[in-house]
Order: sequence, then structure tokens, then C-alpha cells
Amino acid sequence: MLLPALWSIGHVYAQAPGDAAFLSTLGELREATYSDKATIAERLSQTGHRSVRAVLTALMEDRLSYRNSDQKIFIIHSADQDPAQLIDPLTLKSAGSAPADSLTKIGTNNGLRHTLRTVVAHFSLSSPDAAVRLQAVRDMLQSLDEPTLDLLRKRLAVETNSGVKREIQTGLALATLDGTDPNARLDAVATLSHRVSQDVRNRLALLLDKAPDGSFVEPDAKVRRAAAAAVASIDEWRGFYSGIETLFFGLSLGSVLVLIAFGLAITFGVMGVINMAHGELMMLGAYTTYAVQTVMPGHIGLSILVAIPAAFVVAGVVGVAMERTIIRHLYGRPLETLLATFGVSLVLQQAVRSIFSAQNRSVVTPEWMSGSLQLNGALAITYNRLYTVIFTLIVFVILLAVLKRTRIGLDIRAVSQNRAMAKAMGIRTEWVDAMTFGLGSGIAGVAGVALSQLTNVGPNLGQSYIIDSFMVVVFGGVGNLWGSLIGGMSMGIVNKLLEPYAGAVLAKILVLVGLILFIQTRPRGLFPQAGRAGEDK
Amino acid sequence: MKRKSIFTTGLLVAGLGFSNVAAAQDTIKVGVLHSLSGTMAISETTLKDTILMMIDAQNKKGGLLGKKLQAVVVDPASNWPLFAEKAAQLLEKDKVSVVFGCWTSVSRKSVLPVFEKDNGLLFYPVQYEGEESSKNVIYTGAAPNQQAIPAVDYLMKDVGVKRWVLEGTDYVYPRTTNKILEAYLHAKGVKPEDISINYTPFGFSDWQTRVAAIKKFGSAGKKTAVVSTINGDANVPFYKELGNQKISAEQIPVVAFSVGEEELSGLDTKPLLGHLAAWNYFESINTPANKAFINEWHSFIKNPKRTTNDPMEAHYIGFNLWVKAVEKAKSTDVEKVLAALPGIETPNLTGGTAKVLPNHHITKPVLIGEVKGDGQFNVVWKSSGEVPGDAWSDFLPGSKDIEADWVTLKCGNYNKVTKKCSGQNYK
Repeated sequence: MLLPALWSIGHVYAQAPGDAAFLSTLGELREATYSDKATIAERLSQTGHRSVRAVLTALMEDRLSYRNSDQKIFIIHSADQDPAQLIDPLTLKSAGSAPADSLTKIGTNNGLRHTLRTVVAHFSLSSPDAAVRLQAVRDMLQSLDEPTLDLLRKRLAVETNSGVKREIQTGLALATLDGTDPNARLDAVATLSHRVSQDVRNRLALLLDKAPDGSFVEPDAKVRRAAAAAVASIDEWRGFYSGIETLFFGLSLGSVLVLIAFGLAITFGVMGVINMAHGELMMLGAYTTYAVQTVMPGHIGLSILVAIPAAFVVAGVVGVAMERTIIRHLYGRPLETLLATFGVSLVLQQAVRSIFSAQNRSVVTPEWMSGSLQLNGALAITYNRLYTVIFTLIVFVILLAVLKRTRIGLDIRAVSQNRAMAKAMGIRTEWVDAMTFGLGSGIAGVAGVALSQLTNVGPNLGQSYIIDSFMVVVFGGVGNLWGSLIGGMSMGIVNKLLEPYAGAVLAKILVLVGLILFIQTRPRGLFPQAGRAGEDK
Repeated sequence: MKRKSIFTTGLLVAGLGFSNVAAAQDTIKVGVLHSLSGTMAISETTLKDTILMMIDAQNKKGGLLGKKLQAVVVDPASNWPLFAEKAAQLLEKDKVSVVFGCWTSVSRKSVLPVFEKDNGLLFYPVQYEGEESSKNVIYTGAAPNQQAIPAVDYLMKDVGVKRWVLEGTDYVYPRTTNKILEAYLHAKGVKPEDISINYTPFGFSDWQTRVAAIKKFGSAGKKTAVVSTINGDANVPFYKELGNQKISAEQIPVVAFSVGEEELSGLDTKPLLGHLAAWNYFESINTPANKAFINEWHSFIKNPKRTTNDPMEAHYIGFNLWVKAVEKAKSTDVEKVLAALPGIETPNLTGGTAKVLPNHHITKPVLIGEVKGDGQFNVVWKSSGEVPGDAWSDFLPGSKDIEADWVTLKCGNYNKVTKKCSGQNYK
């Protein structure tokens, strides 16, 4: 169906067919239904005009509009801009700008976008970017027909990138399975047995099916045997990769738990303050991310990096203010501290509601954090989770270094171990208290930045994490960063191992029950703190 | 001192009470029972404002039966038992003629006994799970056959879906809806192994495992769709995770029953592009009535960026139905208005007509839209004409034989087989 378009690819620039014909076909898009638009798109691709690819890509990405005043069609440079930057569909040169409401978008639906993707894939196959070519081949594999195969065969001869080559070979092998030559089919099965994607597995499994009349779909017994072996091997590999995936899910959930617990490990663990407003400090960090993004809308990718120190400062300052005005008057009175900080948490929530409204704020995920890293056909790791794991480890290392290698860290440890002795040695314990609390609060703010990428930024954000963070600290052992790290990670992994069998709700309940039993036998957690302070508690 | 101040306050309150009684002579009181604080405030505050706008407009037109309308707004604070208390306060103390309110099914179930005991009148504006028809409630939101069933039909016929994931938040609406959908899919010949049902808690955010499971379920070589009854803000991380794991609407479309313009306005719509929602109204519907409504809303709320949504249209319809019924009955007496309501018609905002049926549900068009980049919906399917709301699903074994008819049978759950009206009996 796309044959003429394919011929033209090689010599797109050589022939310049009538711009007028192209424009008039393009014009039909304005009034067409979705199914008509699909045929128009194919007719456009058959014109072989040099801007076909740009126009169809724009249509697919919702960037094709017409001006209400003169019905002229333009490509829009970026969908969200107002005024929109216009690009002439013929010359692909800038054609000025127009306010967004003077333009009408040419709409698409899922079916149409799917068609367009396949059409555009044919053009992308000759792209200089290997990633684009790989995606194009993958798109083409969804609907293999003879002209597509022709194109793939030609590309295979000149393709240099091994990944793309491999994907083309997969496609060609899949197509060979429909052929008549049993030996070729056997070879194809052999090629495919080294792939792990679900599509390949399903196609091979089909060979083992029986037709309604009882005969095998695949007449050749040798091919059937090979296919059965291939399916078994693919299943084994997929099982292995899904185990790795579960492990990664566990690590990523664990790293969130660890990140939200670090701040608490300091305020609760080191200082012994039960800070019920810890969750709200994380919420402040998340809102800081939102505020930073609002201030620098053009640099979303950078905004997250800017938000990390900003959130640390905002939450840290609020923490120090809390410590100076309220908590320092309540040292040694845990119940009053609990109530007072709970009150602070309500005040902070309401403050955020008054300033930002009760509605959730939308924090944009930067490009470099969206999507996933496709390791092979069976295993992909989402970037936002991957970065969260890495980020948690970085925060851990920095925190550990601050506590073990700096003067303030030494002071913090000294005060937490023996306040009276530290005071006698000339340490300003009050100042250290404020700094410790500020550090813990700041870390909570930093955790908030990470949370803004994973969950909703709203006034209730803190409440949903406060219990989890206390759980991790208690499980890991109060006052021990390593305990929080290992405790949080193992809780995450256990949770994710249980989830596929027990469901999200039951898995969490089981983890909680396990935690209660554990605390019964080891009340001080995984890594109990040694020394005097540990015994007091 | 303290005692004295209490005494003064008491006097003041009594004074206010008197002035209320005096005012009651020439006003009609309209109760508004929506949460203005707590988790549901996000959605329900908008509905309170909608009713205030409608009352304002009606008063500008000269009121109703020659009297002014007066709104009595209470805040049940997203607290289900408090809904019942506030409903009792509206009906017994303020003696309102009608109440517009509730969002979640659990809040409706909480106020139901109060409305039935005090013989009040409630207009309930949100799509719900059905399996209910009270004498004292008019359901202006969609029943399952006006939203869930047509959406599944669309996916089955127009998209060619063969495998189904029913993903919901763990409470009564998703569980009942999914029960109905499961029975419906079985009736349509879908095998049990092609249906996967799962529930997650409110506010769930760690979707990795679930989305990976959906991806796996959807890669069996048959077209797969997700029917989502996920409620509230758990939707945002869900769609984000779908985007991150590269599941696009072209591969595995998600059709949602609780995601509307209001919900989309709070999030980044890029990962949602092309996913579906089934409603009875979309802001993007291009009719003169809808344009006028949107303009009126923007000028009332003084913010041109505020969106309109389906439950707002339900309140718009409900209010107009009540006004017409009162005019027909020439009284605000609940018995008379309830007798007048069945058969009353009013234009809806999508160019059709909403008519009150004997089962206290209304006729509604069904629309299916795809999410666009700007957070609005692009209508891809529309029912031919209006679909009458069915209180008792025809696909559940327990409710198949049950019928609601408040005109001839005078019963909300009449069993056609045993010929008995069970449960709700009045006088």
C-alpha cells in the first residue's frame, strides 16, 4: 500500500512534484473524518513531496494547524507556545507567528496516530540517528507487509549499527516463519531463539498450536521441535529478567523509603525528637520544586537540579525556625513534642493550601527523567526510578561524610552521645541542636524534590509518607544511617516480592505485620545504637 | 464572665433564628451539601459554586413562584458520618426544600436514611455504581449503563479489544462497577483468562509492579485495554508510570470513568495523550448552550481558566429539572415535587434533552473522548441519542429481575419474578 512512497524515499530531493497538488491534498485534512485523514496521509506520502515527513510527523504530534482567517495550513514549532511559531509546510521555513487561539488544530485519534507512526517509520529508516532507526524498525515490526520487508532487506545490506541490524533480522525472521521453505523456517526459529521479546515468543508459540481440524499449524516436525525448545529457552530468560525487574522495583521503592527516612533518622534518631511535621517538610521541598519550575519555565531539565539546594534551604530554614521557637522548649517531653509538631504540620498544610490552593500542583517531569532504559526485549528500567536510586545513594554518602568527617558532624555526634559532657567541652549545644534539626529538615526537603517526580504534589503529600518514614527508622535502628539504608531497602524489596502474589494492599499489610513481629523480638531495630545514649532510650 | 458571654451568644443565635424564620416567608431554601474541606474539597467545592451560580441566575430571573431562592451551604468536610448529621440539620432545622449534594457513593449511602426518614429531596450529580433507587433521590449522574457499558462496547467494537484489565481503587464504586463489567464481558463471550481485575488503595503512587503486570498481560498478542475506575489523585502517578514504561494509548488504551477536565487541570497531560474517558459531557462540546454555560461560569467564578466538567452539567440539569417540577407542582412541597418530577424534560448542554424517568434516573448521551495535549477531550464516539439510566443492572444475577418505578409501582426495588417490593417501603 505504501509502495510509491517507498520508491520516492531514495530520491526525494531529485524530483519535486507539484506543490499545488501537495497543498490541495493537505487542505483536505481540515474537514476530514479520522478514517479519511488516514487515507489522506497515505496519499500525501505517495506524492513523494520533500516535506511529507515533516508534515506527517507534525500531524502525529498534534502540531498541524490551520489559520482560521485564511484556512492556510501550518506546522507549529512547539505545541504549547503562545504565540505559536508557524512553519510553512512547503518550504519548511519559518512563516512568522500567530496567537494560539487564531489557529485550529487538526485533530488525531489513536487509530490515526498508529497509522501515521507506521508511515513515518518508513521515512525514519534512513535517519542518521541510530536510535531513530531502531524505533522505526520496531514500529515497522508491528505491521509487516511485503513492501515493508523489501525496505528492511535493503536497509539490512547497508545498516552499520548492530542493534538496528539485530532488530531488522528479527523482523525478517518473523516474516520467514510464514514462508513455505521448511529449512528457511528452521533457520528463522534458530535466529529467533536468541531473542527475548514477548512478541517473538508469542509468534513462536503459535507454531505449536493446532488448527481447528486437529493438524498442526506448523507442518514440519523438526521446526516444531525447534520452536518448542526456543519458547522454553525464551521463557526461562524472561523469567530471569522479570526476577531482576522485581528486584529493581524493590530497590526503587526501598530508595524512596530510605530517602524519606534519612531526615527523620537525624531528627528522631540522633536528637530523639518525634517530629510529626517531617512529612510536611518533604511537602515544602516538593512545593519548592514546583515554585522553581514556575520561575524558570524554559529550563525544566535544569529546574530539578536547582530545586535540590533550594528545597534543602527552604525546608532547613523552616526546620531551624521550628526548633528555635517550639521544639527547644520541649526537649525531654516526647508527648508534648509530638503534639506540638503535629500542630505545626497542620499549620504548614493550611499555609500551603492558602498560598497554592488545595488542588494538586503539576510538577513537570524533565525529558531526561521520562521514559525508560531498554536493556533488551524483556527488561527495561524507568529513568525516574533509576535516578531516584542513584540520588538516594548520593545523599547517603554525603550525609555520612558530613556526620563522620566534618566538625559539625563531630559536634552532632558528641551532643547526641553525651550532652552534658559535650557542653563541658565547650560545644554550643543549643546551636548544634538547631543545626542538627535544620540538617534533618533540609534532607526532608531534598526527599520532597524526589517525591515530586514520583507522586502528587499536594497539601496531603506529607501525611502519606510520615508513617513509612517512622517505620524505616524504627526498623533500621534509631540513630543509625546504615540501619535506615538497609532497613528501607529490605522493606522495599520484600514489599515488591510479595506484591505480585498478594496484591498491593495485602503486601503492605504483610510487611507491617512482619515489622511488628521483628520489633517484638528486637526492639532496638536492625542496628541498635551502642553506648550510653542507646541505653537511655 | 464566661456564663454571661454564652448567654449573649444564645440570645444572638435566637435572634438570628427569628430573622431566618421571618425571611423564610418569602424565600425558598436550597440546601448545598458538598465538602468544602478535606480530601474531596478539590472536586466538591466546584459543585457548590455551580449551584450558587444557578441560584444567582434564577434570582436574577425573578426567583421561583414569586419568591427568592436562598442557598444554605454546609460543610460536611469529607467526613462520611458528618454528611448524615449535616443532612439532618438541613432538613430538620433549616427546613430546606431541596438539597443538591454528595460526591462519593459512601457519602450518599450515609445520607440516604436521613433523606428517607425526613422525606427530603436530594439531587445527586455524580456517576455511580447503580444498584439503588430511592424515593427521595434524583440521580442526575450516570448509571453504569450510561457510562461503563457503552465505553466497553466502544472498545470491543471500534477498537477491537479482546483482553481486559479492570483496574480500580478499592471501594464500593469500582468494585460494583467491575462486578457488572465482568458479568457483561462474560456474557459477550470474553473468557475468564482474558480478564484481569485488580484493586489498589486510595492515593496509591508506586505503580511500577502493576503497570509492568499490565504490560505483560497486554503482550499476549491480543489487543488489550485497561478499564480504569481509579479514583482521585492516584491517577497521576498511574499515567506517569504508563508513560515511563512506554505503554502508549495506541498499544494499550486506558478508558477512565473518574478522570475529567477538573482532574486533568492539575497535571501534566503529556503522558495521557490519547487515553480515553467516558462521560456524558465534555467541556469541548461545541454547542451554544455549552458556550453560554462556560461563559457564565467564568464570569461567576472570576477566573477564565477554570474548567467545567460532567458533574457540573449534572447539577445544571438537576437544578433546572427541580425548577420546572416546582413550577409544575406550584409548590416546593417534597411530595408534590416528587410526583411532578418523572417526565419533566430540560435541555442538557450537549444539544440533547434530559428527562426524568420513573426510576429517578435521567436520560443522558454517552460520549467517549481522547485526551488532547491541552487537557481537553476530543470526542471520538457519541451514542445515537440519549440513553435512559438503568438503576438495577441487567448483568448482575441479583439485580436482573429488579425494577425501580416510582410512578406506577411506587417501589425502588420491585422484583419482577416474586412480584414483591422488598426493603424500601413507605407508608
